[in-house]
Amino acid sequence: MLRFPGGGLMLQKDFRRLAMILLFAPFALWIALLVVLPHIGMIRLSLREKVAPRVYEFGFANYLDFINEPIYWNTLLRTGSMSLLVTALALLIGFPIAYYIAKLASNRTRGALFLICLIPLWVSDLIRAFGWILLLRETGVISSFLQWAGIVNQPIEFLYNDVTVIIGLVYTVMLFMIVPLVSTLDGMDNSMIEAGYNLGGNGFTVLRRIIVPYAMPGIVSGCIVVFMLTAGSYLTPILLGGKNSSWFTEQIYNQFITRFNWEAGAAFGILLLLFTSTVIWLGLKLSGQTLANTVAKS
Amino acid sequence: MLAQNRSTPFLWGFRLYVAVFFVFLASPLIAAGAFAFNDSLFPALPWQGFTLDWFFNDTEPKLGMFHDRRLLRGLYYSFVIAVTVSALSVFVGTTNAFLFVRGRFPAKNFFYIVMVIPLVIPGVILGISILVLASDTANYLENNLDLELEFLRPGIFLVVLGQFSFITTITSLVITARLKKFDETMEEAALNLGASRARVLRTITLPFLRPAMIAAGIVAFLVSFENFNTTLFLVGSEAPLTITMYDRMAKVGSTPVLNAVSFFLMVGSGLLALLSILVQRDKSSR
Amino acid sequence: MYDLECINIAKSFGSIRAVDDVSFDIPSGSFFSILGPSGCGKTTLMRMIAGFEEPSGGDIKIKGRSVLGTPPNKRNVKMVFQHLALFPMMNVYENIAYGLRCNGVGNAEIKRKVHDVLERIALPDVAEREIHQLSGGQKQRIAIARCMVLDPDVLLLDEPLGALDLKLREAMKIELKLLQHQFNTTFIYITHDQSEALVMSDHVAIMNQGQFEQIGKPQDLYHRPKTAFVAAFVGDSNRWSGRVKSSDGSGGKVETEQGLEMAFTAAGGENIPEGASVEIFVRPEFIHAVRQTDADADDAAATGDNRMEGIVDSLLFNGANSRVLVRGPQGELIEADVTLTGQNDIRPGENVYLFWSSRQAMCFASRGAA
Repeated sequence: MLRFPGGGLMLQKDFRRLAMILLFAPFALWIALLVVLPHIGMIRLSLREKVAPRVYEFGFANYLDFINEPIYWNTLLRTGSMSLLVTALALLIGFPIAYYIAKLASNRTRGALFLICLIPLWVSDLIRAFGWILLLRETGVISSFLQWAGIVNQPIEFLYNDVTVIIGLVYTVMLFMIVPLVSTLDGMDNSMIEAGYNLGGNGFTVLRRIIVPYAMPGIVSGCIVVFMLTAGSYLTPILLGGKNSSWFTEQIYNQFITRFNWEAGAAFGILLLLFTSTVIWLGLKLSGQTLANTVAKS
Repeated sequence: MLAQNRSTPFLWGFRLYVAVFFVFLASPLIAAGAFAFNDSLFPALPWQGFTLDWFFNDTEPKLGMFHDRRLLRGLYYSFVIAVTVSALSVFVGTTNAFLFVRGRFPAKNFFYIVMVIPLVIPGVILGISILVLASDTANYLENNLDLELEFLRPGIFLVVLGQFSFITTITSLVITARLKKFDETMEEAALNLGASRARVLRTITLPFLRPAMIAAGIVAFLVSFENFNTTLFLVGSEAPLTITMYDRMAKVGSTPVLNAVSFFLMVGSGLLALLSILVQRDKSSR
Repeated sequence: MYDLECINIAKSFGSIRAVDDVSFDIPSGSFFSILGPSGCGKTTLMRMIAGFEEPSGGDIKIKGRSVLGTPPNKRNVKMVFQHLALFPMMNVYENIAYGLRCNGVGNAEIKRKVHDVLERIALPDVAEREIHQLSGGQKQRIAIARCMVLDPDVLLLDEPLGALDLKLREAMKIELKLLQHQFNTTFIYITHDQSEALVMSDHVAIMNQGQFEQIGKPQDLYHRPKTAFVAAFVGDSNRWSGRVKSSDGSGGKVETEQGLEMAFTAAGGENIPEGASVEIFVRPEFIHAVRQTDADADDAAATGDNRMEGIVDSLLFNGANSRVLVRGPQGELIEADVTLTGQNDIRPGENVYLFWSSRQAMCFASRGAA
């Protein structure tokens, strides 16, 4: 029941019920039509086998194809493991930055640093990847600079390898790691850290026993979002990794757009979703957090 | 502050690390923006001198972005899509905020998690799932009822739906956080002073939510404008700007006009982001 | 003519009776307080009068007319909220004008009324200020002005002084009383702070567990409590449980559980028979502590028919409200007010006599098994 201030006549009760329905309707339409039904439709499609032109049967052929073709599941495993690596790197690189912004910077610089962190957040993936291409390609800024400085004597191609893809991905998702970390660390009372030192802890034990456990919701939230964004990313691996980047979303795109094999594409989509959800679920279980107190709070 | 018992070299090392990090953050953006002003046919060194041709020149081969009709069309479609998505998602975000802050119904926590889930579904999957459902529906209607519904085929309508499906989660979270801070006795006070319920909503509650609604709208606009993954599968002939740029990059290769667009977008979104922060610092938020 | 009448009013939340069969009426132009511990139902009672809750039973009449079924925005009962609920997005002028605008009053009239009411609360120059620029006391007065500009039949105040610091609270007590005189409107004031209620009110109702224990003038509540709860809740008391040894119904001798004997007077019009278990209350200011070496027989005659020996345990110095804690023969601690002059005062460890009158030993029959 809606809790509106005010009387309780029959009219009032009807009013509340009506308001409740009116408020629930947009939510229900949104979730049902744009999230639940599309996914059911996708599952249905993925379980369809083409037995003859325009003749379909129920079956697991698309999933069997996936299992029988090592390229497919290798790609998924590769995407997953690289995403985990990117998530770990983002956390390692981002945590000190977040700690500096939240705890070490003076009040004035804190706001400015956080703002600088936020601004690239609003720049499209495409532009960020484009920037990296301009820096890293054979005729790019870094290669030119190295030649000018006399360190190398011929152009170097930095693009189209896994290291570049990982750098690009870490760059792309970094801000989604830092923002939740800063907001949890910001809520942490400085005296907790001081008490930690006061009770005889050294830098490492204070970090491990006090700061990290306190920041756990932020860490988990950042990791979930970062992992999800990485595993689901398309532009950065394609543009920085080139044709051979073997990213799973590229397989989905190929099935859908190039081969027009929607059944297989849908099956791949479900597999990616299952895979990322499983990893996120495992992460939540291992860290003892829930979706509601991590992602929903950031 | 908190480093009083750590050595100064440590702190300086820390600062150096932070500085290097911000160089890392800024360099691709600077590269993307700076070459817009290089008087060269390629976005690469050496520097050939300053020019604004990539913005304003009206002849090939240095066709500026403000004379490139395909880019301008992309910009226009992006704008239309972003405005629609942010209007819709702010509306639903506001009703969701009221639903979850004021409503009492069974399984509320479950539904709240359901509300958050679209944010953790990969954008590609949201895109294809909506494409599949829309196409299935369109095919069904065409085969069985002989009804041709053009808007269910890839195009602006589906792009709007696809982006709306996850951006609404963002706006809902922003507006819910603000509504939670609202002191409900304010509504009772207004009611007590003789205001009708509609008037209370109009003069008290919505003005309180306004900064959050504007900020959520700006965030929604920017996220919609830059979205690529979901849009990619739903786009029809009216391609928004990111898709147009991607096509250009894939087909023509990089040209400085893309740097000009990048610069334009960075400045535009920077200003909007700043605006959203200023709005949230509004005096009534205290 | 009563401004407000509540007749057998009740409110249940599930199985909990928050307000249980309360009746009272308030004459025009008086300052009426409802005093009770938190959770006693006083806020629920006030919310029913304002129309935010519908009573489960009984009737509420304002100026003789029932308001049951009238929505809160149609009742001419205005309310000052605990945290004032001033609208932060409007300035002072717009806050006060809000109710007038809701009633469709014209702009010129609004302007006149707002300035008039600001004049009356002695803040003529703050109209254009923002709410966050006001001091705590100013906010308080604006919140009252916002209601008074609408000429309410009754003004409800829900612990509005709770958020203020001590000094300001003392000043606002007097100010509120003056404002009430000036507007000559019925104020109903809800509080858990007895000094607020006693200082300001013409009449006070003591509320406990959803019921009114006693309604009366502040002095009556203090000196002639009708129940043990009122005696304990209003003012400080030494309190003992005991059993009546001899009684003529209106007074006699009682022995406390610690074995202390004293003469008592039955309070609250009760008839207390021999053997009854009772609660005894003696206020510290009615107990005289005298050094044993200074005492003479006249003291006992002059100050009371109860006498006890004891040793001063500690001094609680608080200026004019100073007290001594005296340990009696059975080891119990008794509080007594003393006047400390700074010279030759009682000191801890000294032997004293305590005297008090049986008329000040208020006795109530224990409720229930206790």
